[in-house]
Amino acid sequence: MPVISIDNLVKTFGGIRALDGLDLRVEAGEVHGFLGPNGSGKSTTIRILLGLLRHDSGEARVLGADPWRDAVRLHRRLAYVPGDVSLWPNLSGGEAIDLFGELRGGLDRRRRDELLQRFDLDPTRGCRTYSKGNRQKVAIVAAFSSNVELYVLDEPTSGLDPLMEAVFQDEVRRIKQAGATVLLSSHVLAEVEALCDRVSIIREGRTVESGSLAELRHLTRTAVIVETARPVTGLDALPGVHDVREVDGRTHLEVEPAHLDELLGQLIRFGVRALTSTPPTLEQLFLRHYGDERVAADDPESAEAQRAGTR
Amino acid sequence: MTALTGTRRLARLVLRRDRIRLVIWVLGTPLLGYALAGSVAGIYPDEAARQGYATTSASSLVARAFNGPIAGTDVGAVVVAETYVTLALIVALLSTFAVTRHTRQNEETGRAELLGASVVGRYAPLTAALLVVVAANLAAAALLAVALTGAGLPLAGSVAAAGAVGGVGVAFTGVAAVTAQVSVTSRGANALAAAVVGLSFVLRAAGDVLGDTSADGTRVESGWPSWLSPLGWGNQVRAFGGERWWVLALPVALLLAGVALAYALAERRDQGAGLVAPRPKPATGAAWLLSPAGLAWRMQRGTLLGWAVGIAVLGVSMGVAADEFNAMIEQNPAAAEAINAMGGGADLVDAYLAAMLGLFALTIGAYVVQALLRIRGDEADGVLEAALATAVSRTRWLGTQVLAAALGTLALLLLAGLTTGLGYGLVTGDPLGEAIALGGAALLRLPALLVVAGVVTALFGLLPRRSVVLSWTALLVFLLLGQLGAVLELPQAALNVSPYTHVPSVPAVDPAVLPLVLLAGVAAALLTVGVTAFRHRDVPS
Ligand SMILES: Nc1ncnc2c1ncn2[C@@H]1O[C@H](COP(=O)(O)OP(=O)(O)OP(=O)(O)O)[C@@H](O)[C@H]1O
Ligand SMILES: [Mg+2]
Repeated sequence: MPVISIDNLVKTFGGIRALDGLDLRVEAGEVHGFLGPNGSGKSTTIRILLGLLRHDSGEARVLGADPWRDAVRLHRRLAYVPGDVSLWPNLSGGEAIDLFGELRGGLDRRRRDELLQRFDLDPTRGCRTYSKGNRQKVAIVAAFSSNVELYVLDEPTSGLDPLMEAVFQDEVRRIKQAGATVLLSSHVLAEVEALCDRVSIIREGRTVESGSLAELRHLTRTAVIVETARPVTGLDALPGVHDVREVDGRTHLEVEPAHLDELLGQLIRFGVRALTSTPPTLEQLFLRHYGDERVAADDPESAEAQRAGTR
Repeated sequence: MTALTGTRRLARLVLRRDRIRLVIWVLGTPLLGYALAGSVAGIYPDEAARQGYATTSASSLVARAFNGPIAGTDVGAVVVAETYVTLALIVALLSTFAVTRHTRQNEETGRAELLGASVVGRYAPLTAALLVVVAANLAAAALLAVALTGAGLPLAGSVAAAGAVGGVGVAFTGVAAVTAQVSVTSRGANALAAAVVGLSFVLRAAGDVLGDTSADGTRVESGWPSWLSPLGWGNQVRAFGGERWWVLALPVALLLAGVALAYALAERRDQGAGLVAPRPKPATGAAWLLSPAGLAWRMQRGTLLGWAVGIAVLGVSMGVAADEFNAMIEQNPAAAEAINAMGGGADLVDAYLAAMLGLFALTIGAYVVQALLRIRGDEADGVLEAALATAVSRTRWLGTQVLAAALGTLALLLLAGLTTGLGYGLVTGDPLGEAIALGGAALLRLPALLVVAGVVTALFGLLPRRSVVLSWTALLVFLLLGQLGAVLELPQAALNVSPYTHVPSVPAVDPAVLPLVLLAGVAAALLTVGVTAFRHRDVPS
């Protein structure tokens, strides 16, 4: 049974359709990346999963229960880190962590102290005086020091420095090892690549892609540059090959991963001298889904520019 | 770039953000003044009636304490006596809240940082806020002068009276400029400024009570404490009773002094910081803190302490003042007779004490609103969402807040009664007995305050985004109905809207059970509506 299952979820705010038939499935024990452009509905989905918002139609189940009706019971089994943490300004960071932990049903003191140290957070400072990153750390420490089955993290690392980002990734691996499930909404692709078993990409309130990173890569073309002894011909007739161009005596083209085999078979006949093949970067992958569907893939100029920019 | 660069742009921003509030303020004050002037003129149409009013006002210590010193028998003088203190208090609080809102609150929320990074001088945000608030006060005063003249009052007096009210606003604008520098939170800045308003009220009341009555018995010359109070200055202008124009320079002087001090303080501190450096706090949460109730107590205790100190000081002094009635009745049987005629024959001291307790109940209403609106503040800045994502139900969370506010109210009411009784008992010789009697009488006000709590809770559940404005508006309406309803000769049906109308004014009359039970019933219904609506709506909303 999936830990989170959402079917055809719809949520409107007044006239705005924030979620428009969203589907999402998160299996037990996986770290699931939840991606999408700004305003695509990630936080809204998460708030519905936490029973904070009521959905209009469709179905959402968390750990087998209805998140709206069974909110309190469910909350004992999950921990939440919001993307923009705000705290009670007159409590200290340590007090805020203990309070959240206790309200959730208890926290592991040893873990708490260890995490404070790892995240280099001074718990005696007033929450009013914390920087954005430090407020984020308070919520992360509070969440990770409770032993729960599901962690719901909404852009948890926004504002963390690279060192802290690394600590965060370690901790996510640790809770995954312990068997917990993680839903991770993030704009940091390196983090997603490092942590996530599977990802779901949403746009304008709908799921546009879902699968493992390898599967998603499969859907995007590989760029190939080949230098041959004799001019290559017959490429246009091959299935899955696109954008063939001659530049300085070399052939540039893009190929769908499923048809790489046929392509190589054809190329080999013209005496291959040099060949580079570039799998799609994560950025390209996402830009393809985030932006206007085809731009990144079909427009060679922009595809080239993006490759140059990300190498 | 100078320290004032960008002031004009920021002032426009303030105007834009507050356009509705400012319009209500600038138009509401003169409209209220017009209505009050008209109705007072109707109640006291001839010289004889006003003569009676003036002598009673001059001889009654209660009237002196709450209406200020009477300045003769002109219709205008009666209008001022009936309305000045209420209008001045409203204007003082409006001005302080407005200044805080556009200075400290911006720093607290980080908006100021965003602005500070653009082309904006160090003093520009403060200056912009002060300019707008002073301009609003001047505009309201100018229209008030027109309104009073339009109601048929003499021109000079109308201008002086309007200037007096506007002056209070201007003076407290200066006070708020300073408190906004001192406190780190807007709540703290407002509380500090409100404390200055309260202190001004007490000083003015004391000075007016201690003052001398003129030979013809229709005028009061205030004692020196009134001169220390910006609220008192308005009375010293003596509108409609031989105007002393130079007194209007006092609020202006206070404004200038306040602004100078505020600039100097702003120079010395960092953006977002106060004047006191933060101390290290506990690294772990104490066991008592770690529950909704513990958190509510932690959040409330500072506020409660402030309220308790204010109420205790006011209670004891008002209690001590009550004994003056006994002395006065012995010394001046004629005045006593006049007051008796006004007071409907009831025991004078009891009438006074009942009025005091009623006033305390009204004031504590502000505590109730403030305490309960905290949860809306938490919702607006996102911390409520994080709290409700833990294993605490919405009912428990909101219920705890309501319970905490109710207990705080109970404690403050009891304290008000006890200290008033204590003050009165200390001079009459039975401190314990009086304290217990008045403590009990004060508790009878609890159901009315629970209705206020119910109104705020229902608004929070049903109309969260509007709840702050609507809650304070509701309290203001209750206040105006209680303080001015009789003067305006409003129909009973209108007065009945306020829960305070239904509280038997013990000890002046015997307690009645039915109205209290009904009030409690209404409160319970409103609370149920609020909690139910909260359980079924989106958070945050
Ligand atoms: N309380 C609300 N009232 C009205 N509209 C809302 C509300 N909350 C969200 N929306 C709208 O719903 C849409 C989805 O917002 P949401 O916050 O879920 O996006 P997101 O994917 O989390 O974006 P981001 O990456 O910027 O965090 C947006 O258009 C937003 O404006
Ligand atoms: Mg979001």
